[in-house]
Amino acid sequence: MLQVGLNHYLFVSAILFSLGIFGIVTRRNAVMVLMGLELVLNSANINFVAFAKFGNFGMSGQIIALFVIILAAAEAAIALAIVLNIYKTFSTVNVDEIDKLKE
Amino acid sequence: MWMRLINLKNSTMNETFILNISIVVLFLPLLGFALLIFSGKKLPKAHIVETLILFAALVLSIIIGFTKLAYYRDHNIIGELSWISLQNVPVLGSLNIDLGIKLDNLTVIMLFVVNLISFLVHLFSIEYMKGDKRYNRYFAYLGIFTFSMLGIVLTHNILMMYIFWELVGLSSYLLIGFWFEKKSASDAAKKAFLVNRIGDIGMFIGIMILFTNYKTFTFDTIFAQISAGNLPFNSPIWLTAAGILIFMGAVGKSAQFPLHVWLPDAMEGPTPVSALIHAATMVAAGVYLVARIFVLLTADAMLTIAIIGAVTAFVSATIALTQNDIKKVLAYSTVSQLGYMIMSLGVGAFAFAFFHLVTHAFFKACLFLGSGSVIHAMHHEQDIRNMGGLRKKLPVTYAAFLISTLAISGVPFTSGFLSKDGILAGTLAFGNLTGHWLIPVIAFVVALMTAFYMFRLVIITFHGEPRDHHKYEHAHESKWVMTLPLVILSVLSIFFWYSYNPINAESGWFLDKWIKTPATIVPQDMRFDFMKSTAFVETAQQSTGEYITHSENYVHTMHSVHYPAMILSLVVGGIGILLAFSFYQWKKFDADKLAARLSPLYKFSMNKWYFDELYNNYIVEGNLKFSRFLSWFDNTIIDGIVNGAAKVTRLVSEVNNLFDKYVVDGLVNFSAFLSGSIGMGFRKFQTGKVQTYVVFVVFSVIILLFIFRPFF
Repeated sequence: MLQVGLNHYLFVSAILFSLGIFGIVTRRNAVMVLMGLELVLNSANINFVAFAKFGNFGMSGQIIALFVIILAAAEAAIALAIVLNIYKTFSTVNVDEIDKLKE
Repeated sequence: MWMRLINLKNSTMNETFILNISIVVLFLPLLGFALLIFSGKKLPKAHIVETLILFAALVLSIIIGFTKLAYYRDHNIIGELSWISLQNVPVLGSLNIDLGIKLDNLTVIMLFVVNLISFLVHLFSIEYMKGDKRYNRYFAYLGIFTFSMLGIVLTHNILMMYIFWELVGLSSYLLIGFWFEKKSASDAAKKAFLVNRIGDIGMFIGIMILFTNYKTFTFDTIFAQISAGNLPFNSPIWLTAAGILIFMGAVGKSAQFPLHVWLPDAMEGPTPVSALIHAATMVAAGVYLVARIFVLLTADAMLTIAIIGAVTAFVSATIALTQNDIKKVLAYSTVSQLGYMIMSLGVGAFAFAFFHLVTHAFFKACLFLGSGSVIHAMHHEQDIRNMGGLRKKLPVTYAAFLISTLAISGVPFTSGFLSKDGILAGTLAFGNLTGHWLIPVIAFVVALMTAFYMFRLVIITFHGEPRDHHKYEHAHESKWVMTLPLVILSVLSIFFWYSYNPINAESGWFLDKWIKTPATIVPQDMRFDFMKSTAFVETAQQSTGEYITHSENYVHTMHSVHYPAMILSLVVGGIGILLAFSFYQWKKFDADKLAARLSPLYKFSMNKWYFDELYNNYIVEGNLKFSRFLSWFDNTIIDGIVNGAAKVTRLVSEVNNLFDKYVVDGLVNFSAFLSGSIGMGFRKFQTGKVQTYVVFVVFSVIILLFIFRPFF
């Protein structure tokens, strides 16, 4: 029977992180980019929890994960508000087209 | 102490009082000037104010004169204040310049003469200048002129004298050029000013010779030093030079040959001005100056002065013979009489020179004012050929004019006879003692010519038949303000004011008590022989306590030539008058025919010896040529240098410009270009797309991880 160890967790977390980065980089829709961002945050959460479980750190890992979740919620709220405003201004949420900063 | 109040030397309260009055007298005309010049046309009766001011000055000067001559006859009143007192001046050491007033008999008499004539001229001008558009300014100028003349008279040092001397020059310039719209008047003013300046240069050098040696300008201090044997630069030649150079100032102001040319031209000024300037004051200033420095004149200087005076008297008398302008005749006669005075000083007859100065001031002022009255009556006609017969129309003017003419011709019972006779005796004694016989000969010839041309003037103007009937009909006697001065002046031309003896002035109070020849201070071996004091005279000096300059020999000669001189002068005067009458009154001889026969001589005299032409052709032209050369030098050489310098500067700055443009600007532009192109390179990284940045971040993190390898 395969024992689930730290490496498995880290492996899942790495895949999730990579998927998140991939989503951020490849998606055109700003909402999808935000979703990728959530994946990245959650991969970090998995890492915290995994190290907390296997390392001798007490409950701090889990608590930080909780904080991150709360922070992610707040961030999502603000980010979606920004996306709404972007849409209002540019009539699009396509991040490729929003390159005003270039000029 | 930079300045302190008037410091009186051994003075009583009364002397202070006289000094204070004399300061008031000095500044009264200046007050009038300030009042008139600043009020402009706002004061309608300003001329009355000015005349009253002058009257006050006259009254005060009479008080001063009376007090001085009655109570302080042999005592000079001096008041001075330190003006500039500096220590540690380079070269000089300490420098002290005093301002001061010296009242001696000469001063108080001049004070009275100047104030009286100035007042009478003011009075006369009220009517004469009526209707002139610059009426008030005219009186203002008269005021400042009187002020400067009084300054010359009152001062006790030669620096102040020089300052007032120049002020006189300025105010005479203003007065001569009063009608400056006329080209001839403005030219005459300029000529007077410039010619005077030539003399003043000499005077200034002379003053500086004395100042560098004695470190003071005060007359008495300088004289004390010289009499102590302290000569300028320890050389008698320098003393002679100083005397002659200071005399040059008098040559300019008193219109002596060769600087006499300005005075006849100055007749362009209003006629009362001529009376003031050319009779009593400005031209007398030169004689007064020579009288002031008389004591330091060496034998050589005196001889120079005598010769210049004689030449002046002769030249201008010959010119006066043929002039047809009433004022020109008087002008040349003035020059001639001034030559007389200067000559008289040169031959050592100091007292007679000053006496003649005073008498001449009165009768010449009378003549000028009389001519002003004639000109006024004839509506500004000055040519005597258009006059004639005015005796009936202008009785008062005629009487005054005649008395003055008698005086200037040296007829007995007039003041002119007394003074002129003294001068002639002085020249005769001089010729007798030194062998310079030409000087008395010239003096007598001039006396003859003077009598002739003055009577010619009187006869042509006042006698005979009127030549211009239209003007004659309109001629009328002037108002009392014009005739009163004439009467006063002509009365002053009668002998009894000066001496109770009508034929000998020596016993009169003027010469016997008031004016004494001062003791010369020149070293013995530089005096004329007749001015060397002998033992006899020195004892006489001790016993009487009076100054005696001349040797007993001179006094004897003077007495012995007195009567011959008087008889000779009567004879030549009588011949002159007779000739004038026979030519112009009785028509025994025809003056025109004589003139035609002596045509070259006549023309020579008529054209004033061609002095003006000579000066214009050689001196003025030469000056102009030199100025043109200087102008050319300026334009080509100096300007060339300046322009060359400018060109070089421009060239250098053009090179600088190129350097700036290509090297400095190139460096700046290059650095800008460099940073610009680097920026352009980096710009590519900034796409504005968030995702690109994320990719960069991820790859950077991976690269950093590989570089630092935290886990391996």
